[in-house]
Amino acid sequence: MSSAWDFVAGILMIVGALFTLTAALGMLRLPDLFTRMHAASKAGTLGSCMLLLALAVSASDASISWRAAAGILFFILTVPISSHLLAKAARSAGAPVWQRPDATQDSRTDEVEVHSTRNAGSAD
Amino acid sequence: MTRYLGVALLALVWMAVTGSASIPNLLFGLALGALALSLVRGRVASRVETVRPVRAAVLAAIFVRELVLSGCRVARIVMSPRMQLNPAIFAYPLKVDRDFEITLLANLITLTPGTLSVDVSDDGKVLFVHALDARDPEQACRDIEQAFERRILEAFRR
Repeated sequence: MSSAWDFVAGILMIVGALFTLTAALGMLRLPDLFTRMHAASKAGTLGSCMLLLALAVSASDASISWRAAAGILFFILTVPISSHLLAKAARSAGAPVWQRPDATQDSRTDEVEVHSTRNAGSAD
Repeated sequence: MTRYLGVALLALVWMAVTGSASIPNLLFGLALGALALSLVRGRVASRVETVRPVRAAVLAAIFVRELVLSGCRVARIVMSPRMQLNPAIFAYPLKVDRDFEITLLANLITLTPGTLSVDVSDDGKVLFVHALDARDPEQACRDIEQAFERRILEAFRR
């Protein structure tokens, strides 16, 4: 029984570490703050939660499992808030939103940008 | 009533985090929970009147699925040699109007595929969402409404 759980924990650890790696790669490769927040918030949360889940599964002590579960809960509660605040701060500071170089040829993308900036003006 | 429930929940979380289920630790957790809630009291504007447990559980299950999907999607984009990105910020008109529901929806949007909530308008009617692939913002709005907003309304309204 315990070896089966070790197997599950091992798989979770490898997959979680891979997701954390993609989060780090995303921070390096993606073009602007907003797209980087996508990588950090989603892949980062998933990776960390899987690592904590692996700990909860493999721990022999129930109190450690509870602690890991609480950690997962706090990740899911706090990561969206911090990424939201970073994105909000970047937007108020006027950080540029990266667009595809050929985006001007796509009328619909253009329209979205105009739409959002107009709404931003009325919201402030 | 809601407050005592909150104190009890915080005490449970405290016991989980400290990893000790003893009586003194429970009492200490209750004291800490009451202190923490008294600090934020008055700022918590909207309260939850109705919770439908089954629908809330369905919402939680969908959320976990979407979280896994979004992680895979980010991984696929980041790993591909030529990243296919078409990002933009679009405005999402909110149907939910209570602070608690807006917070929940914004958090769900941030952790689901391709979307990140950036800002809420001051009147709480429009949510600004950054999307990795914003070629079709109307479709993205429909997806958010179908996947989450409708279910939030079902779970927390009569």
